[in-house]
Amino acid sequence: MWKIIVRRILIMIPQIFLLSILVFLMAKAMPGDALSGMLDPNIDPAAIDAMREKLGLNDPWYIQYWDWITKAIQGDFGQSFRFKMPVSELIGQRLMNTLWLAIVTLILTYLIAIPLGITSGRYNDSWLDRLITGYTYIGFAAPLFIFALLMVWVFGFHFHWFPTSGSVSPGEVPGTLSHFWSKFYHLLLPALSMALIATVGTVQYLRNEIIDTKQKDFILTARAKGASESRVYNRHILRNSLLPIAAFFGYEITGLIGGTVFVESIFSYPGMGMLFLSSITIRDFSVVTALVLLYGVAAIVGALLSDIILSIVDPRIRIK
Amino acid sequence: MSEELLEIKNLSTSFRIVDDYYAAVDDVTLSVRKNEILAIVGESGSGKSALAFSIMGLHTRAKIDGQIKYKGHDIVTMSPAALNKLRGQEMSMIFQDPLSALNPLMIIGSQIEEVLILHDSKLSKKQRKEKVIDLLNKVGISRPEHTYQQYPHELSGGMRQRVVIAIAIANSPKLLIADEPTTALDVTIQLQILELIKRLKNDMEAGIILITHDLGVVSEMADRVAVMYAGQIVEIADIFTLTSNPKHPYTRSLLNSIPTVKEEKSRLHVIQGIVPPLQNLPRKGCRFSARTPWIPEWEHEENPQLHEVAPGHFVRCTCHYNFHFPDTSEEASHNGTS
Amino acid sequence: MGLLEVKNLKVHFPIHGGIFRKVVGEVKAVDNVSFTIEAGQTYGLVGESGSGKTTTGRAIIGLNSITSGSVIFEGQDLALKGVRKQKNIRKDIQMIFQDPYSSLNPKKRVLDIIAEPLRNFEKMSPGEEKRRVQELLLQVGLSPENILKYPHEFSGGQRQRIGIARAIALKPKLIIADEPVSALDVSVQAQVLNFMQDIQKELNLTFLFISHDLGIIRHMCDHIGIMYKGRHVEQGTAKDIFDNPRHIYTKRLIAAIPDIDPKQREKQTEFRKSVSMEYEQAHRNYFDEQGMPYPLKSISETHLVALPEKG
Repeated sequence: MWKIIVRRILIMIPQIFLLSILVFLMAKAMPGDALSGMLDPNIDPAAIDAMREKLGLNDPWYIQYWDWITKAIQGDFGQSFRFKMPVSELIGQRLMNTLWLAIVTLILTYLIAIPLGITSGRYNDSWLDRLITGYTYIGFAAPLFIFALLMVWVFGFHFHWFPTSGSVSPGEVPGTLSHFWSKFYHLLLPALSMALIATVGTVQYLRNEIIDTKQKDFILTARAKGASESRVYNRHILRNSLLPIAAFFGYEITGLIGGTVFVESIFSYPGMGMLFLSSITIRDFSVVTALVLLYGVAAIVGALLSDIILSIVDPRIRIK
Repeated sequence: MSEELLEIKNLSTSFRIVDDYYAAVDDVTLSVRKNEILAIVGESGSGKSALAFSIMGLHTRAKIDGQIKYKGHDIVTMSPAALNKLRGQEMSMIFQDPLSALNPLMIIGSQIEEVLILHDSKLSKKQRKEKVIDLLNKVGISRPEHTYQQYPHELSGGMRQRVVIAIAIANSPKLLIADEPTTALDVTIQLQILELIKRLKNDMEAGIILITHDLGVVSEMADRVAVMYAGQIVEIADIFTLTSNPKHPYTRSLLNSIPTVKEEKSRLHVIQGIVPPLQNLPRKGCRFSARTPWIPEWEHEENPQLHEVAPGHFVRCTCHYNFHFPDTSEEASHNGTS
Repeated sequence: MGLLEVKNLKVHFPIHGGIFRKVVGEVKAVDNVSFTIEAGQTYGLVGESGSGKTTTGRAIIGLNSITSGSVIFEGQDLALKGVRKQKNIRKDIQMIFQDPYSSLNPKKRVLDIIAEPLRNFEKMSPGEEKRRVQELLLQVGLSPENILKYPHEFSGGQRQRIGIARAIALKPKLIIADEPVSALDVSVQAQVLNFMQDIQKELNLTFLFISHDLGIIRHMCDHIGIMYKGRHVEQGTAKDIFDNPRHIYTKRLIAAIPDIDPKQREKQTEFRKSVSMEYEQAHRNYFDEQGMPYPLKSISETHLVALPEKG
């Protein structure tokens, strides 16, 4: 068991290494460098060149890369020229907001997907199933950013049930209960918007898994044992159908990352996604590079998580 | 001796295809006695598995007409709760494919224990485990404590089939249905499983329905044989009569089409044509007539019935009286050996 | 000299283990197997699951790589690198698979399935190709109008005939048939077996017939090899094997075959008892310390048995 995990983590290292090279080269390929935005344009070009030389910007790319990556490993991603503060500190502030948003979205996603998927799969071809499947089709068809805009407009601006921007009301003291509630209140609408769209894939997946498992031979064995219908579902069908869903958990996280970029911007929710979009528009490259790297690492870790979960819940994988 | 355990009367099991129902089991009347192995022989599409599933009440979307009386109680009209009391306790089933008949996520021990829990809640946890170990011993698993903890994928096909059998016999059922129990297994394992089933019959005096397409297995195991073709029973007799004096053209064709180890290289008999799909089955006249085109039409009964040609030996239709193979040399190969 | 000579064939699969998936051992799926098939004859390879019979067949056609030994087909050693690249060798050996339901691509028409080997090896105009496929369909007893149908429109027996049509499209010399009728009903099985005998005569084919069913093997084969744990335990003509089995494993296999005559039940039971007694008592005379069969020793001109050096 631990061997698989160790092996899997060892595989991850070259993946991340490759990713970091890619991210670095992409950043290099973009026009301008760290100095072009930071300095007064009236300064003498010779002085800029001297500065470049001093900062190592004229070195070959692999030396620059090595410089960058050794610092990055220590958590130093350079300075954001817009916020005039270290990138790591900047991301650190936003990271928790996004993390909370992602966790609440995940919980909501499964809270919606599991009952709907089970109902739809168990009573397939009933009117209830058609209703649920209908919803999933709409979910597949609706782009997240349009749906999120609609949610803001309806529940934020029209009914004023939810705040339309920010992650906490101004003036709340961190650590108090009302501060916590305010945070939760702010992220509920974006999380719900994202969950309602993100869940349809899981609903469909679970439905198909249940319909599939229903027809397996071991279900016949269970029935022939004299198990009641509810027992057949609870003990045999559900466990086997939820397995791939559990294994998909890690990938779900990867999917959410893409979602947060849109949703945070639309809800003006100060997380990494919003930071990412705004940094791109003003070419704050050190922030963008750090975020891309972080997103990439999150995706790789998500896949790792999926593999580990699968090897824990599925005995067929545990053995090898 | 001849106590009727199961009595099936005019059973039809129909499936819906597009807008109509088509009978896969068509007006079958049959009985199984205590301490008897009744073999049901037929090829795919004959309705033999649909019949077995009907007896166990395992069809979820079929229309079932007629009666299936187990010890006088009709399974067709029984409530689900009453049926669940019978299944796993009074009657049980061994499935064809041991690779898929077990839940891949449950250890062997819990899968056998489940059938004990469902029917005997008085057993303590320890007693249950003891009983499972006992059962695993009984079906010939050499390290039962170890196997108890294993998952299905860790076992070979033969071992899994033993586990499936252990589940089926856990509560000493009176009626055991074995649906192609050895098709997926090697000959030496097949022999062991068949001997196990025979021993169970002797120990429990159970009635056993053995469904198979393998006439060798039938000859080794059965007391009586029912031959099914296209949803109907075409011949029923005790095993000795059926192999030495087969009547129905289908039975005779089947016996002639199997290669046996006792013959030298020779031609096998080939039954012309194919079993028609369910929705295209001829519902009138002799259903086998399409596959014996050289037999004139007047030889067939207009509405073929089962006729008792000797005590306990029933044959459908009249076409067997003057039946002959198109090439007379073909039958010699079989009759020469029996 | 035979059409195919397999000499000391070994196929070993590595076992990986540990964190770095190093090779920690190997499975000797086929361990020193030798046999010869004469042109126009049928050689039967029998054994239980895991005996290595399928691996042997797959190694001959090149689906499993050969660890050592030689596979000499018409004087050329297929185990040598590069030999297989020659087109005529790949044309001359074809395979028929066990499962007619999964060995045909469901999305392709019969025309494309059967024409695939033709397209790979022979340059034909679409018209010629169509004519050839229709010819082949006729040859396997299917109507030539079927060329535009898909596999799901056929029964199991018909599909297996399509598989055979594909195998004979290039007029091969050797066909490896891996359990070709195991998935079929008895009557359909008879159809396919008869048909295989017919085309054998017609096209002068040589068969390597792999099966676990001894009845079918007896019916089809001239020479038979019994495999156990990757090795041969006995080899000989059909008569040698069935009328005079010498290795206890062969005897056990034959004893396990269900008897078609119910009157023989008692006799069979007795016979099986004596064989299983012999199996327990004489086990040491037939298997070495590791439980593996000994190398083959010839006991007559055609009959070889795995016995210890000093029997």
